[in-house]
Amino acid sequence: MSDRASADTRPNALSAWPDARGRFGDYGGRFVAETLMPNILELEAAYEDAKRDVNFQREMEEFLRDYVGKPSPIYFAERLTEAFGGAKIWLKRDELNHTGSHKINNCLGQVLLAKRMGKTRIIAETGAGQHGVATATVAARFGIPCTVFMGATDVERQAPNVFRMKLLGAEVVPVTSGTGTLKDAMNEALRDWVTNVSDTFYVIGTVAGPHPYPAMVRDFQSIIGREARAQMLDRLGRLPDAAVACIGGGSNAMGLFHPFIEDESVRLIGVEAAGHGIETGQHAASLKGGEPGILHGNKTYLLQDDDGQIIDAHSISAGLDYPGIGPEHAFLHDAKRAEYVSATDEEAMEMFQLCTKLEGIIPALEPAHALARVRDLAKELGPDGLILMNMCGRGDKDVPQVAEMLGVKL
Amino acid sequence: MTNRITTRFNELEAYGRPGFVAYMMAGDGDSQALLNALPEAGADVIELGMPFTDPMADGPSIQASALRALDAGMTLKGVFDQAAKFREHDTDTPLVLMGYANPIHHMGFENFARQAEKAGVDGLICVDIPPEEDGELREALGQHGIALIRLATPTTDDKRLETVVENTSGFVYYVSTTGVTGAASGVAQEVGTAVSRVKTASGLPVVVGFGVRTPEQSAAIAAEADAVVVGSAIVDAMHEGGVAAATELVHTLSQAAHGAKK
Repeated sequence: MSDRASADTRPNALSAWPDARGRFGDYGGRFVAETLMPNILELEAAYEDAKRDVNFQREMEEFLRDYVGKPSPIYFAERLTEAFGGAKIWLKRDELNHTGSHKINNCLGQVLLAKRMGKTRIIAETGAGQHGVATATVAARFGIPCTVFMGATDVERQAPNVFRMKLLGAEVVPVTSGTGTLKDAMNEALRDWVTNVSDTFYVIGTVAGPHPYPAMVRDFQSIIGREARAQMLDRLGRLPDAAVACIGGGSNAMGLFHPFIEDESVRLIGVEAAGHGIETGQHAASLKGGEPGILHGNKTYLLQDDDGQIIDAHSISAGLDYPGIGPEHAFLHDAKRAEYVSATDEEAMEMFQLCTKLEGIIPALEPAHALARVRDLAKELGPDGLILMNMCGRGDKDVPQVAEMLGVKL
Repeated sequence: MTNRITTRFNELEAYGRPGFVAYMMAGDGDSQALLNALPEAGADVIELGMPFTDPMADGPSIQASALRALDAGMTLKGVFDQAAKFREHDTDTPLVLMGYANPIHHMGFENFARQAEKAGVDGLICVDIPPEEDGELREALGQHGIALIRLATPTTDDKRLETVVENTSGFVYYVSTTGVTGAASGVAQEVGTAVSRVKTASGLPVVVGFGVRTPEQSAAIAAEADAVVVGSAIVDAMHEGGVAAATELVHTLSQAAHGAKK
């Protein structure tokens, strides 16, 4: 048993997974082509080694502080609290990070690891482009050539991020195979990796993929929850009643949840993208609308048909538009330690505008999903309640799309 | 247990000639007709592709083929039906299914193995279940006499090779290059060295594939192995010219393989 971001080391603790096989209960594992197995094992060893190296940790901390802008503050969203008429709402401001989202926490860790392993080329997949931009940014900083795979559909709807990546020196490869979205970008990144296996490091953007990625990405993202937990105790002298985050693959949610897993009083609530509504079949809610299966290196909940073929996800938010979810979420779901709910496209649009108007914070469409359930939860918990929500990204990238949906010509 | 795979490789050994393994995608075009025609065209072993929406180890040819097959309504049950029909008139040619984990997992490993046996299938290659993860599947297949065929690659060093060949059966599929299906093939000389390494470690026949398209490549690779595998080129021929073009290609490539000096 290896990866523990929280202090709890009891062998049966829910926070103590994965096991040596990279399993979170029955989920996770290493389901990759044989060509990649030696790489995966090499990566696991290198990561274990880096974790124990104080120089690596110090370098991480310095870049997180001076380059990313850590720690991000927690902020009392007073006007949202008033509007929702219940529990106090605090936002963890990870949208203030360099590049505008939580994604860079993980990219920094992985690129530093790539450098340490002597890899000379970085590849990444991206949906909305946030992970692609964050990877291209860190790759630029360390002077490592970077190729980003992006679904052709997403390349079209996220043109500003594509240009940003190119400015940062990355090559952006539009992926036309399959349906040209995030899962196809991940397929193509895996194909590239299998071809350029010796010199290339694959920076996966979420808590999914073969072991050690789900645990490693979680560890890098756990800075969200560690900071927020300490900040809540410091500022308010208590832990929140609930920690809430949106979920696509689930990296910001896992980063927020993990340091709270052993705090039994803290409800952990993940908000999946319900798209047009789960009943319509057009959604991205793998836990609510999917079942366990094997894809992209891990066993987890997947959107799939009766024959085990993967069904395309749908969400207004390209960052949540993925038919799977990180295996640790699948595990926490089955163990009933975390609750998983969902919010529709329409609700996300409403919250996007509301948060912007009331707080002067333009949220990304991804965390706008989480806000919709924060609204319900605030009422449920009442004025004595305390909610912590991760504002995992800012919405500048979504402005053109939102304008179009509101019928505004820019 | 002696099955069709072992029997076939013993025969090839007795003739002193390399074999030819043809890959095709179930459900892409008139695949039943192609499947039925392959033995006469020169295929010693058949790999029947089970289409999957996300074939992350395949190049463009087989990706597109899988999506066409799925669009045409192919399912895992459909694959078994084609295998069973094939067995009605061919009882000797080994039939190996090749595909990805999720549809098999979704059907249930035991259920899959039982239906595969019933349909006359001899082996399974599952691209994205490495030895570390295949215990449950292997057990189910074993109970129904289906060989679990593993892949070895240029990244499989001697230490890892022990893991790869442990509990494997039928034959070992050596992927001659790091890359996806249809990419450039490996250098024949290096392939020869690798094949002897894998043969020694496994004690099983070794077939070599990935990127073989021409009679020259077919002969060169076959000379270094127990058999050569061709996939993408056959899939392309089937798509472009139908069953006639695909069988013609198999005929040409298999003759080149069969004539190669071991």
